[in-house]
Amino acid sequence: MSSTNGNGSPRIGFYVCHCGHNIASVVNVEEVQKFVATLPGVIVSRDYKYMCSDPGQELIQNDIKEFKLNRIVVASCSPLLHEHTFRVAAEKGGLNPYYFHMINIRENVSWVNTDKVMATEKAKDLARAGIQRVFFHKPLIKKEVPINPAVMIVGGGIAGIHAALTIANAGKRVYLVEREATIGGHMAMFDKTFPTLDCAACILTPKMSAVKNNPNITLWTYAEVEKVEGFVGSYKATVRHKPRYIKEDLCVGCMDCIDACIYKEAKYPDEFNQGLSMRKPVYIPFPQATPQVVLVDPETCIDFKSRRCKKTCIEACDRDAIDLHQIDTYEEIEVGTIILSTGFKPFDAKRAPQYGYGKHQNVFTALEVERLVNASGPTNGEVLTRDGKKPKSVGIIHCVGSRDAKTNKWCSRVCCMYSLKLAHLIKEHTDAEVYNFYIDMRTPGKGYEEFYDKLLKEGVHFIRGRVAEVTDWALMPEEKDRLTIRVEDTLIGTVRRIPVDMVVLATGLVPRDDAQEIRRMFNISCSNEGFFLERHPKLAPVSTFTDGIFIAGACQGPKDIPDSVAQAGAAAAEALSLICAGKIELEPNTAQIIEKDCSGCKSCIPLCPYSAITFKDDIQKAYINEALCKGCGTCVAACPSGSIIQNLFEDEEIFSEIDGLLKFAGLETGALCSTEMEVQ
Amino acid sequence: MSAETEIKVAEKKPWEPKIIAFFCNWCTYTAADLAGVSRLKHAPNVRVIRIMCSGRVDPQFILQAFASGADGVLIGGCHPGDCHYSEGNYKLLRRFRLLRRMLGSMGIEPDRCRLEWISASEGDKVKTVINDMVEKVRNLGPLSIPGHLIELSNKELGIKETEILREEAVAHAG
Repeated sequence: MSSTNGNGSPRIGFYVCHCGHNIASVVNVEEVQKFVATLPGVIVSRDYKYMCSDPGQELIQNDIKEFKLNRIVVASCSPLLHEHTFRVAAEKGGLNPYYFHMINIRENVSWVNTDKVMATEKAKDLARAGIQRVFFHKPLIKKEVPINPAVMIVGGGIAGIHAALTIANAGKRVYLVEREATIGGHMAMFDKTFPTLDCAACILTPKMSAVKNNPNITLWTYAEVEKVEGFVGSYKATVRHKPRYIKEDLCVGCMDCIDACIYKEAKYPDEFNQGLSMRKPVYIPFPQATPQVVLVDPETCIDFKSRRCKKTCIEACDRDAIDLHQIDTYEEIEVGTIILSTGFKPFDAKRAPQYGYGKHQNVFTALEVERLVNASGPTNGEVLTRDGKKPKSVGIIHCVGSRDAKTNKWCSRVCCMYSLKLAHLIKEHTDAEVYNFYIDMRTPGKGYEEFYDKLLKEGVHFIRGRVAEVTDWALMPEEKDRLTIRVEDTLIGTVRRIPVDMVVLATGLVPRDDAQEIRRMFNISCSNEGFFLERHPKLAPVSTFTDGIFIAGACQGPKDIPDSVAQAGAAAAEALSLICAGKIELEPNTAQIIEKDCSGCKSCIPLCPYSAITFKDDIQKAYINEALCKGCGTCVAACPSGSIIQNLFEDEEIFSEIDGLLKFAGLETGALCSTEMEVQ
Repeated sequence: MSAETEIKVAEKKPWEPKIIAFFCNWCTYTAADLAGVSRLKHAPNVRVIRIMCSGRVDPQFILQAFASGADGVLIGGCHPGDCHYSEGNYKLLRRFRLLRRMLGSMGIEPDRCRLEWISASEGDKVKTVINDMVEKVRNLGPLSIPGHLIELSNKELGIKETEILREEAVAHAG
């Protein structure tokens, strides 16, 4: 902490940034600079090309020394971007960082306003408000709180797995909470990965078992986070363990119970195989599931329906691991940081009815075909239509639920590449003619364009055009009993009908159904389309607006495996950087009671959502526990006697801002205008 | 430019609505930044004051803004259920409803004081709300409470006292 000088009469240094042309092309920065130089208290007023650059920051530091400045005001971009930068610069110059104030004339002025005169006037008003405000600034000391080194990761797909391993390998405790009965996420369902065509299971399952075996990772599958309280450094989460009706610590995954189930035939759709195969009421999601523990589905188990099953499964289990009377259990954990990697949901193909998913049996989603081509899938890797035939020709329709004004406008980023991969695999497995129907081929990424090139040479057909419909209405003899794809081939400018035996819909990526509830629980934001919102699209892509909560993988937006893993690593590094610092510096914007003014009316007490305000009976005054105060200022605004002040947002500071913004505003039109009106 | 000449310049300019906005740091302020990053052009009449939570908005801020010459006051907070501090926006809503009723009885039209829930991702809503509000306030015309005060004193106190008031205003701007 630097010195807390700056008391006495204000000597203000004002700096207006050109931001290259970003500000200077709309706001007349020179005029602003000259105007501010005339304001009381201003000792130095300058404009500079890039205030955030090293020379810009040095300018401030040198001026502090040379002109004995004790207040700094910078008019540039948003404080959400560079307030920290300039506070550090002021501190390096020997000033308490809270003597700095930042004015936003880029996002709030030059980027959104076009009239140069009006924009310059606005910038001048904002500058005057800032200058008036810093008169009231006080030196403040940052609050430091210790950080709990444990991390909770929500979602055990590839992003969650990678983040968990990274943090655990650094020797920190990780709680990995997964909703499903196994970790692995969507990646576990894939057969091969683009563009290298290495087997998804071969690269994923070793990581899954590493998670299971890492002593620093507490793996909770079939569990959901119910409640989160607290703040960065000390979050308290309540996790609900859903009953799997199997004692997880006793089950060894021998699967004797599955064989012994009273149902001789599996007759319920297997979720993991997208309903393409059947499972019994007691089942394991897939052979490499981690943990290797079975579970009972109460929706289909006879004993849950009638309570009159012979319970052959219990008889078969020699470890007594089956307990059909399990109920929800709750566990509370304390962690310092949280990483959300809750993933995506594939677009519901029924929302694009023109493609006939659910109507024509041989229309498949891409994820279904992923399971079909998978050696451990429902057909052991054979690509078959729903009537059990090998297709002679297959059409892959791109952009289903992506780049479409009717459904979702965004590009899902992975569909072009996975469609190429599926085209390759289908051709390899069936030797069918494969048609790709695309709007644009989007193959940015290392080795991706080369993969596209390879497919072109393999003899896969590419037809440019958005498919109009998939129909079983045959016009030609060769279309009989097949599906016909009707499309305008925009490269030859004609409508074509292409008969195929199988249609694959390259469905896009959409946010999970409960993304909004999750967002609320963790107090973060979603962008318009419903994916979790990052703090800054470029400079803080895995941070959120809530400190200590990070996001990784497709919950932040559509992305492929390499990007998800990279983000997971970044989120893990962000969490570790907080943990390794050992303590967290908090904004000192907390509130406090001025005891002599407090009338003891208690109106503030029920307003505080953090129960930070208590009543001191002995002196009949309210008291704010600074450690609990988060600095919203709600109590400050409500205090009838004005006896609560909020650091950085004191009444005087805000009133002086209002005054600075409006100086003479009423007089512009006041007496003169109204007399004119009377004349009229 | 001295304060006095500034008054003169200001008097000659055609009237433009001046609106003071209080934006919550976590939602609307961020959304306004997003509007900036997305270059969503909107009316230049709104001046933003950043606060940590809409719950910090003291009714006095709004009254003071009107008294100092604002033609409108806009408050932007998180959607119900989304407050960064759990419920500051609800606390504001209570005060806002009461205050709006009071403003009405003071002759300040309800459209001059507006509360909007704008989440961090709704940059386009910032644009729409600002443009809409500026348009509405423009139609209402200037509120100019400080001007009216001078006019009032013209009638009641006579020209001499008005001059003193005006000089005080100039001195205050100092």
